[in-house]
Amino acid sequence: MKILAISGSLRAGSYNTALARAASKLAPAGVEIEVYDGLGLIPHYDEDLDQVGIETPEPVAELRRRIDEADALLMLTPEYNGSTTGVLKNAIDWVSARHRGSWLRNRTVAVAGATTGEYGAIWAQQDLRRILGIAGARVVAGDFPLPRAYEAFDESGTLASPLVAERLRNHLAALVHEASPLAVAA
Amino acid sequence: MSIVADSPATVIPSGTWSIDPVWSTLEFEIKKLGLVTLKGRVPGFSGTIEGGEAPAISGTVDVSSITTFDEARDGHVQAPDFFDAERYPELRFVSTAVQTKDDELVVEGELTIKDVTRPVELKGSFVGTGVDPYGNDRIGIELAGTVDRTEFGLEWNAPLPGGGFLLPNEVVLKANLAAVKAA
Repeated sequence: MKILAISGSLRAGSYNTALARAASKLAPAGVEIEVYDGLGLIPHYDEDLDQVGIETPEPVAELRRRIDEADALLMLTPEYNGSTTGVLKNAIDWVSARHRGSWLRNRTVAVAGATTGEYGAIWAQQDLRRILGIAGARVVAGDFPLPRAYEAFDESGTLASPLVAERLRNHLAALVHEASPLAVAA
Repeated sequence: MSIVADSPATVIPSGTWSIDPVWSTLEFEIKKLGLVTLKGRVPGFSGTIEGGEAPAISGTVDVSSITTFDEARDGHVQAPDFFDAERYPELRFVSTAVQTKDDELVVEGELTIKDVTRPVELKGSFVGTGVDPYGNDRIGIELAGTVDRTEFGLEWNAPLPGGGFLLPNEVVLKANLAAVKAA
């Protein structure tokens, strides 16, 4: 199984991107987590550019392809003004425009969020889950908040706390379970 | 193409009757914002009506056919937030009791949505029998009832600025069934 992790922060030292990398190290057996790094290349969503007969911007085409190739998604978000980030929402809009179909429809997605504050982007994760549900995704219940992210990682980028690592493993297991064909009702 | 109801009976005539989706209408209604009744239609279904001594009504619905006449909204209606058509492609109804009470047809049964089965009660009437232009014996039945969508795991909602929510839990189901006598 392949999971595509998309961090909603462009910052080189992003804690959310660090969390995505940490998650890739904790992936369950048989699961590969790829960290997507093209978010900064996605242009502003413009319906004039998203029409049949007009060439899709290459970074968008690549994101759509990567989502198609993935069995599930992990979206990680900081919290800006109480919600998810503009760049992540913009990318979601590109892959879920209603008149072109939604690349997110029935795609299993879990959310996570890292912040330097005390709450671990729980509002951003709530908003992100709502947005993904409207875009047609199968959204895994529950948050993964990582507060005080500045002290969460050791020098190798591994989660320093075994308890936090265990929480993330459980969150990934829920995502894998939800995305598995076995979870499909008979 | 009209039929004449030539027998205003109150019980379903004996025999097996095959529900004709082309002549029938399955609808649901939900009152958005407490103001506006939004209708959805379900063209893809099949079912059987048994008449006589042990009357029964059963049928299945193709979830992918459910429409609210708006492509964008239907995308959401089909998605995991609502019907989750990919995982639960079929709805089922099986009656447990069909009775006539004071000219009213009362159908109790079990409705299954997203693998959740709950009892529902539908009320209406047996409209009558007739012969269509092709010589088929037909019956007409009209039923309606209310279900709580959240009991079936259809829990999506949106909060309103002044408090409360966009969608109520109650959904009205309406079935106008035309059925042809099985050969």
